[in-house]
Amino acid sequence: MHVTSSVREPLITGGKTLKDVTHDISRQVEAKPSLGWLLAFLFSVGVLLLGSIALVATLWEGIGMWGLNKTVGWAWDITNFVWWVGIGHAGTLISAVLLLFRQKWRMAINRAAEAMTIFAVICAAMFPVIHMGRPWLGAYWALPLPNTFGSLWVNFNSPLLWDVFAISTYFAVSLVFWYIGLIPDFATIRDRASGIRKTIYGALSFGWDGAAKTWSRYESVALILAGLATPLVLSVHTIVSFDFATSVIPGWHTTIFPPYFVAGAIFSGFAMVLTLMIVTRKVFHLEDYITIGHIELMNIVIIITGSIVGIAYITEFFIAWYSGVAAEQYAFMNRMFGPYWWAYWSMMTCNVISPQLFWFKKIRTSIVATFILSLVVNIGMWFERFVIIVTSLHRDYLPSSWAMFYPTISDIGVYLFTFGLFFTLFFLFAKFFPVVNMAEIKSIVKSSSEKVIK
Amino acid sequence: MTENKKTYWKGLEQLTNDPEFVKNAEKEFPDYVPINGGNEEGSSRRDFLKLMGFSLAAASLAACEAPVRKAIPYVNKPVDVNPSIPNYYASTFSSGGDYASIVVKTREGRPIKIDGNELSPINKGGISAIVEASVLSLYDKQRLAGPHINGAKSDWATIDSEVKAKLAAAGTVKIVTNTVISPSTESVIQQFSAAFGGAEIISYDPISNYGITKAAETSYGTAVLPTYNFEKASVIVSFGADFLGTWISPIEFARQYGQGRKISKEKPTMSRHFQFESNLSLTGANADYRTPIKPSQSGLAILALYNAIAKQSGAATVAGGAIEITHLDKAAKELLANKGKSIVVSGSNDPNVQVIINAINDLLGNNGVTVDFSKPSYFRKGDDAKMNQFVADLKAGRIGGVVFYNCNPVYDFVKGAEVAEGIAKAKVSVATNIAMDETASLVQYVAPDHHYLESWNDFNPRKGEYSLSQPAISPLFDSRQAQDTFLVWAGATTNYYDFLQKNWNSTLFTAQSETSNFQEFWDRSLFNGVYSVPSESAPVANISDVALAASSVAKAYKSDNTATELSIYTKVGIGNGTFANNPWLQEMSDPISKATWDNYLTVSQQWANENSLKMYEGETKKAKVTIGGKTLVVPILVQPGQAQGTVGLALGYGRTKAGRVADGVGVNAYELADSSKGFTNFDVTEGVSIEITADTYKIAQTQTHQTYMGREFVIQEATLGEYKENASAGRYHPKVYKEGEFVKPSKISLWKGHKYSQHHWGLAIDMNSCIGCGACTIACQVENNVAVVGKQEVLNRREMAWIRIDRYYSSPADATSNKELEVAADNPEVTFQPMMCQHCNNAPCETVCPVAATTHSSEGLNQMTYNRCIGTRYCANNCPYKVRRFNWFKYHDNKDFAAVNVAQNDDMGKMVLNPDVTVRARGVIEKCSMCVQRIQAGKLTAKREGRKVNDGEINVACASACPTTAIVFGDMNDTNSKITQMLKIQEETISAIKEVNEERAYHVLEEINVSPNVWYFTKIRNKDKSEA
Repeated sequence: MHVTSSVREPLITGGKTLKDVTHDISRQVEAKPSLGWLLAFLFSVGVLLLGSIALVATLWEGIGMWGLNKTVGWAWDITNFVWWVGIGHAGTLISAVLLLFRQKWRMAINRAAEAMTIFAVICAAMFPVIHMGRPWLGAYWALPLPNTFGSLWVNFNSPLLWDVFAISTYFAVSLVFWYIGLIPDFATIRDRASGIRKTIYGALSFGWDGAAKTWSRYESVALILAGLATPLVLSVHTIVSFDFATSVIPGWHTTIFPPYFVAGAIFSGFAMVLTLMIVTRKVFHLEDYITIGHIELMNIVIIITGSIVGIAYITEFFIAWYSGVAAEQYAFMNRMFGPYWWAYWSMMTCNVISPQLFWFKKIRTSIVATFILSLVVNIGMWFERFVIIVTSLHRDYLPSSWAMFYPTISDIGVYLFTFGLFFTLFFLFAKFFPVVNMAEIKSIVKSSSEKVIK
Repeated sequence: MTENKKTYWKGLEQLTNDPEFVKNAEKEFPDYVPINGGNEEGSSRRDFLKLMGFSLAAASLAACEAPVRKAIPYVNKPVDVNPSIPNYYASTFSSGGDYASIVVKTREGRPIKIDGNELSPINKGGISAIVEASVLSLYDKQRLAGPHINGAKSDWATIDSEVKAKLAAAGTVKIVTNTVISPSTESVIQQFSAAFGGAEIISYDPISNYGITKAAETSYGTAVLPTYNFEKASVIVSFGADFLGTWISPIEFARQYGQGRKISKEKPTMSRHFQFESNLSLTGANADYRTPIKPSQSGLAILALYNAIAKQSGAATVAGGAIEITHLDKAAKELLANKGKSIVVSGSNDPNVQVIINAINDLLGNNGVTVDFSKPSYFRKGDDAKMNQFVADLKAGRIGGVVFYNCNPVYDFVKGAEVAEGIAKAKVSVATNIAMDETASLVQYVAPDHHYLESWNDFNPRKGEYSLSQPAISPLFDSRQAQDTFLVWAGATTNYYDFLQKNWNSTLFTAQSETSNFQEFWDRSLFNGVYSVPSESAPVANISDVALAASSVAKAYKSDNTATELSIYTKVGIGNGTFANNPWLQEMSDPISKATWDNYLTVSQQWANENSLKMYEGETKKAKVTIGGKTLVVPILVQPGQAQGTVGLALGYGRTKAGRVADGVGVNAYELADSSKGFTNFDVTEGVSIEITADTYKIAQTQTHQTYMGREFVIQEATLGEYKENASAGRYHPKVYKEGEFVKPSKISLWKGHKYSQHHWGLAIDMNSCIGCGACTIACQVENNVAVVGKQEVLNRREMAWIRIDRYYSSPADATSNKELEVAADNPEVTFQPMMCQHCNNAPCETVCPVAATTHSSEGLNQMTYNRCIGTRYCANNCPYKVRRFNWFKYHDNKDFAAVNVAQNDDMGKMVLNPDVTVRARGVIEKCSMCVQRIQAGKLTAKREGRKVNDGEINVACASACPTTAIVFGDMNDTNSKITQMLKIQEETISAIKEVNEERAYHVLEEINVSPNVWYFTKIRNKDKSEA
């Protein structure tokens, strides 16, 4: 029994018909690239190329191109890795968890969010490979492949190996989930298209025939994949947090990390979804599909996760004090008042204080404010990983080894490279793939209200 | 298909039956395609294809094939060279008067490592960083490859005839040398001098101890150095003598001192050490009571000490010495209480001061016991007065011929500039220097000597003590031993080797009665490397007028000098600068400042505060130092412990012609020293002006955080009094709560624990006898092919050292907050902690490596498999001791590092590499292996001989280099091993977790229970109470 309350606001405004939906979404794919898109795309490719200089330099000369040293063995590389993985989480949460919870508002944004997940995971997965001293070997030695080297095998005790499994599973499931969702829409575009475009979209749609049986299978697969993806939302960042939590370094060795990292991931992921959606909605005129209601709901998720993260920060401090472990206490005091105090306070401001502004309805329904705050949250979450990684390492147990980390141009360049890669992929997606799930969204064109509001 | 009647035409030509077409219709290929190579001119298509195919195949084959590296076996194998089996030769290191009896390890005919000779009664197996590193100087490509005349290459015949003729016609000839402690060399030089009209031999030393020899002449009638014995001294008082680091014979003194600092429950006594000095020296860092004083006060302080002792001993006091110096009265009291068991030394080069020192030791009854003039030492024979006279003569053009025998006065004599100017005025100038250095580049004839590892020689460092050096390799260049050169020029027909043997035959052999066969005597001496003639010690009567010396001292020193004073000192690594072109020494982190690749002006913290200079992560400002018209611009280093109102600057830098490693590193401080009083005075007390410039500069330090933040889990220390009451004084016992009680961290573990059924290797490090000299760090670098990365990479905090010595200053006594703890006390207590891989039984690095490249051995070692490592650096991050090193770049065969990482880049330098240890590739982690190659070699020897490994048979490089035996390596499963006894491991167990009953032994970071196999012994200071 499905009851729809009549007082609910419609999820899609502007009195769209099913045909309008198809037209509005497919239009973007079928039309010639707009000037705005072209400029943005070329800019992304430019950033990608610029960043690739740093990447090539690192691969050619060695990790010494970065600012790392004997004391700080990870900095921007793993910060970026965790940051990108975290961003990816929102997509999965929206498409899988919200699907299971039957949150229909997700339909307008899940396609783009999932695409973001995939591209973010691609960017993230780059770092564990390129941060290796010998990536040409590590790229496959880190996998449990049968080999002729004798009894060589991977070390299942290592959280880095768990990362390999976590990230690859996550990427695979997300990709399949995303692609399955795309199939009916590809078919829609195929049906509207002609010529080479028809062939390409025909191939992409895997011969979708729109039969009732096909739809039934489609729904079952979506549900199964949602079921598979849901634990991943929790597990991936939990495992990423094990990289730190299972270590002996003060500031890393913390049992609170798994939930704290997951909350942080969702927090940053939603912020990134907002950043992207606000732009896409504007550029592609999708205001009727991605409404203020969406933005407000996502902002609420941001308040909740931001507050969880804030509580986690405070808990860490309490536990450091309560543990009575001198090195642990120092590590946390050093975060606040040590040489990297500015990173810590940037993190605190961006992650804990600024999202609290969303308690004001005016702010959480303001597009400009949301856009700015979403950027702030992403900056804050980058600093969170930087604080955890660098400030813990740079002053650990033996003061003789205490050192500072200063990023080099290559550190910045490689980070830029991932931005270039991410936006290049995202713009390609936005142009050539339907950015909103037409098939699904058609199911809510009318369900939210008995009467379509003209 | 129905039959097709249609006709298809190949073209209009066929349709029209064009005659041209018909002619060619039956041919498959048209004529103009050359198919059979019928064409005479040029190559055919087939040839072309053949050539193309061949070229392609050849190019692909060539591309596939790896470059051929030939390993050519011996046609006739030398009888004592077995591939992969090292040979050891006893030899002697001597540069100027710096002396060490050594054992040279050679592999396939190449010297690759130098160890101390345990048979030597002087250095007793100890060694210093400079001696360790000297093996690389052998392969220095900046050495001269042959004789040179006026800077151009020449040959020996030409140089011999020209020099002989010219010297004979030159008139006055002078021979300039650093201290020569070789009796045979001395007679060769005598012979040479006689051949040229009795040429005068002028001896000087870069780091002069003329004051002591001159004072000995005044006090006892002979101008020699005494033999010091710090082991027999219960109370040691030193006025600016850095006897553990750089003063006269530091290896020997360190060994003696270390013995006096060893402490146990059975022998709870140790020497008490007072140090009065301006710069914080290595010796001062080890002192129990250290008082910073100005150089201008030191003479008065010594007078005051004399008076205090004289008053109590009933001797006449002298005028002067009214000065308040902290701890001086206490020192006097303790010296008096330990008459005949104490020692007072001074680093001053002022003869008058040394006369007073002699008088103090006489009053204390130390003469003949701890300061033995009846057993003179010959480490320094330099005569500053004669050298100054020589420089004046040279400048005035009064010298016709000058011969520099392996010395470089242009660089390392205070009047170097005048020497440089004067050389041109001599008619003939000759040098035997090994490289085209500052002096050699100015002379007409350079007849390069062999490196000492290519030479025969003998040495007489001390009365009754002899040693030999023998070539460990054939000469690498077209050089000739200087002694042979002198013999040739003197017209002798014998070579130096025969001369040497004859000399020993006629002197030492005839004086002994053990054997009548000279060959046997010679072989045994050569095998041992040393030969001793026993002699008795006796006090020598003091004939000096103390009051006279005292009045000069009282006049020359002031208690209230307000001017800034400069105290020029010597660094442990670079020494007098002779070996500055050795990258290992340049990159060795200074034991005190932890700086590499530079010298700098050390200033006190107070001075820095007054001038609002803050040093952060090595970043500092430069200062202009002006003395009497000479200005040097040097970076400033804030040095806790520096006496107020003084600054320090190290010698040995600012080389201009040493080679590509040293040239342009730092500034030359020799030229700032003062020689106005007839001796080289490295304390400049007047006319020093310091001006901070706006230029910032970065000093590459390997450690930038100075204090240990009051962390008891890192440094555990106590005073002697506390230790006597309670052997576990100063120990920190962390406890972890478990099921209702607090237990030792080792009682709680997720690990099943390793079992070591055979050996269980471990290290015990006594922080009490570790003096921080850093000999171990260079020994490790040589043994394990550790890369040199250069100044920029040290600044990037990426030095590769496998063993480092953490140097911690104490914070001010009242410091409690983190910010306060970060600052060192103005006159801090210093603790040295050698830190290397701790070989944890519960190793955090091992669990996190995704590819299991670092694993645990069945003998307790944490092993690193380089060729499995993919370089995630997770292990380095998770190492609580931060001892893992990552190859950020390719350091070998890389032109970016060729200038600094000589041993892994040029063909000559590579000869020094230890073939038993891999040179690590880019992108892998490396770390201390506990010299696993030595362990394997030792086990194989034992296996081949069908026995167990004996304790002491295997030793790691750091432990064997340690002059104070502060590091002990051994098998903790062997109940009789030294380490087991030291740690008092009673029960026999193969478990990784051993119950250690020695109260002083502790694990650094015990509370995280990584269970290291390296144990540290608490630092015990012989102080009445603990104070910062």
